[in-house]
Amino acid sequence: MNYPVRQKSFKPPKVLADYPVGTAFPAGHLVETNASWRSHRPVIDAAKCTNCRICWLLCPDGVIHNSTPQGLEIDYDYCKGCGICAKECRQKAIRMENEGV
Amino acid sequence: MMEKQLHLSDKKISIRDLGDREYFYGHKACPGCGGSLALRLALKVLGERSYAVVPAGCMSAVGFIFPQMAFSCNAIISTFPGTASMLSGVAAGARALGIKDFHAVGFAGDGGTADIGLQALSGAIDRHDKIMYICYDNEAYMNTGVQKSSLTPIGARTTTSPAGKRLKGAVTHKKPMFEIVAAHGIDYAATASVGYPLDYLRKLEYASRVDGTSYIHVFAPCPVGWGHDTSDTISVAKNAVDCGLWFLAEFSDGKFTLNHKPGKFTSAENYLLGQSRFRHLGEEDVKDILAERDSRWSRILSEWSL
Amino acid sequence: MIPAQKAFLSGNEAVAAGVRLARPHVIAAYPITPQTTVIERLAEMVEDDSLKAEYLHVESEHSALSACIGASAVGARTFTATSSQGLLYMAECLHYASGGRFPVVMMNANRSLALPWNIYGDQRDSLSLLDCGWIQVYAEDAQESLDLIIHGYAIAEDPHVLTPFMINLDGFLITHTYELLNLPTQEDVDVFLPPFRTVNKMDLDHPMSLAFTAGPAYNQSFKQLQHQAMMSASKVIFETEERFGQLFGRHYPGLIETIHCDDAEFILVTLGSVAGTVRPVVEKLRSLGERVGLVRIRYMRPFPDTEISTALAGAKSVGVLEKDISFGYEGTVFTNVNSALMRAKVLPPRLLNFVGGLGGKDISATDIERLFLRLKSPDDGETVAFI
Repeated sequence: MNYPVRQKSFKPPKVLADYPVGTAFPAGHLVETNASWRSHRPVIDAAKCTNCRICWLLCPDGVIHNSTPQGLEIDYDYCKGCGICAKECRQKAIRMENEGV
Repeated sequence: MMEKQLHLSDKKISIRDLGDREYFYGHKACPGCGGSLALRLALKVLGERSYAVVPAGCMSAVGFIFPQMAFSCNAIISTFPGTASMLSGVAAGARALGIKDFHAVGFAGDGGTADIGLQALSGAIDRHDKIMYICYDNEAYMNTGVQKSSLTPIGARTTTSPAGKRLKGAVTHKKPMFEIVAAHGIDYAATASVGYPLDYLRKLEYASRVDGTSYIHVFAPCPVGWGHDTSDTISVAKNAVDCGLWFLAEFSDGKFTLNHKPGKFTSAENYLLGQSRFRHLGEEDVKDILAERDSRWSRILSEWSL
Repeated sequence: MIPAQKAFLSGNEAVAAGVRLARPHVIAAYPITPQTTVIERLAEMVEDDSLKAEYLHVESEHSALSACIGASAVGARTFTATSSQGLLYMAECLHYASGGRFPVVMMNANRSLALPWNIYGDQRDSLSLLDCGWIQVYAEDAQESLDLIIHGYAIAEDPHVLTPFMINLDGFLITHTYELLNLPTQEDVDVFLPPFRTVNKMDLDHPMSLAFTAGPAYNQSFKQLQHQAMMSASKVIFETEERFGQLFGRHYPGLIETIHCDDAEFILVTLGSVAGTVRPVVEKLRSLGERVGLVRIRYMRPFPDTEISTALAGAKSVGVLEKDISFGYEGTVFTNVNSALMRAKVLPPRLLNFVGGLGGKDISATDIERLFLRLKSPDDGETVAFI
């Protein structure tokens, strides 16, 4: 995996013995998503996408992944819907869809 | 787990050279945050053998909230003034323990760099410690809610430089951080902008190979503090360069080099008035800003090589 | 045991000798009187290669401790030294080191605080930072200073403790006073003090996030753990001194030292170099049949409340002599001693706070005799007396 995913089995510490030593905790440890921040979601039109990856490069959250043979995929758990990808796409292959919230 | 290693000429880097692995993920930065992009791209270049030092400020506040840890490489929050001093300690400790092939890299904002962190940065550069220091400049103390720093540009409205009847936002110019670090005889320094990502990536890659202190000052818009749409972060950062209010340059071997000479400046009015922090400025104010820009550029063009 | 060498060293030089024996990886140095000769000697040791350490010429005390924390955060053993204004300039990092559980060892040359400016010794610098989460110990002489550096690493780096360690030497009175002392051998110190190992660090094989934020739901638990660790240091201090005594033949008495307290009616409680002035006075008065005693506090944190209340249990009159004042109330040591007595429900008929030695004001043997006389005299209603 090239990026961390939410640790669904994580149990928050209850007693002191559950806490880490000092202030040191495993890196890349996610327990919650950022999905609820989003009012609009970017949707990639695979027909128009040339896989130039400029959206991938410029995403502040790094949520656009080259994970399928078909092309780019967005991790909606962590996309905040800023719209940079849609704005910067030279092919206009990304549209922002209202989340209806 | 090994990241695709970058082997680049000094002048070129392409998107394809970057690995797929993300090192700053799931963070709580505001949507469209230029600083988080600057940090994410830097760690993609530097890779998994990085120790990131991040002072109190936006990037630490959004990246390490127990038990949510957004850095996938080693990372530590430093004190606000202590980015560079902690970097020096990390690098010295790792060296003394015989650890090889690592990057000690700091990410501090404009206030953390040009104000409270300047003393420690100056010390580290003076010692030529092998560290990388990246200043993501969003031109105000954003984490505390947009207060003026010494890198806030003249005329910008912040919560501590309000625009009213008497004063029109900040009354001082940006501190010339690039020239300040260069005056130390730093091993490598550069300015960059998230609006010119390939230029930024090339400088990161170069800095990672410098045997000494390197400093990259990356212009990183903050949609919340600047008052532009979250989707405009890249275009605003590009426009700042194109209209001549920011510049892309390098300093090494005691020489300044301008990397990008705009043939003709685009409209600075459009750049300024497209952001709510400048919208109160009148014609005369904009004229003053342009006069200062032009005098800076005449100095740059006469003193720096291209 | 290889026979120890004898050396004629000042307190500061003894500290530097102790640091070299402890083999730190990183030393961050910034000069301030009267600490300066420590970092000068260390620089010479690095220069002549008798000490293999990264020596950082930092630009401030804040940076000194910040750099030590950074080095500790990758698992390195670190040392720095400071004094007075410099200690205050570090204050942010003091809390940072203890909260992050980074076992930095630091020497502080006790010196007065401006204003008025003054470079001479009192203990207002470290005592005003008693709450910063560091173990605080006060040496009486150069030999103890050297030994405490070696104890310091063993105690601070103990996995149950993982708490930074501050060794206080009275400015000039200890830092610059020469004495003949025993220099442990490197071989013995290497046996006593194993290399620093910790899980509380950044690790390239297992990346970690350090010095993170913890919100209201979690923050207090981290503070509770910090308190627990400090409390558990008492036991580790005893064990460390026991082990040290067996190996080096020098025995230390734990958190406090008591002289003739068993049957004493009049006891002075103090700390640091002034104990060296009290000692012969106690012996002299004893020889005259006076039932006087001395409690020398060595560790202010963790605070030896049980030890102190036990030592003072039978006394008629107790004086706490300290080079400190918390303006508007009393000396901090006095406050702590008083609290210990209240907790133990030991209430000596008379409890007096003697505040002296501020800004280097001399405290002589005659002064000490006068204090004992005062403890014997009828209560005049005064609690805090400047001497």
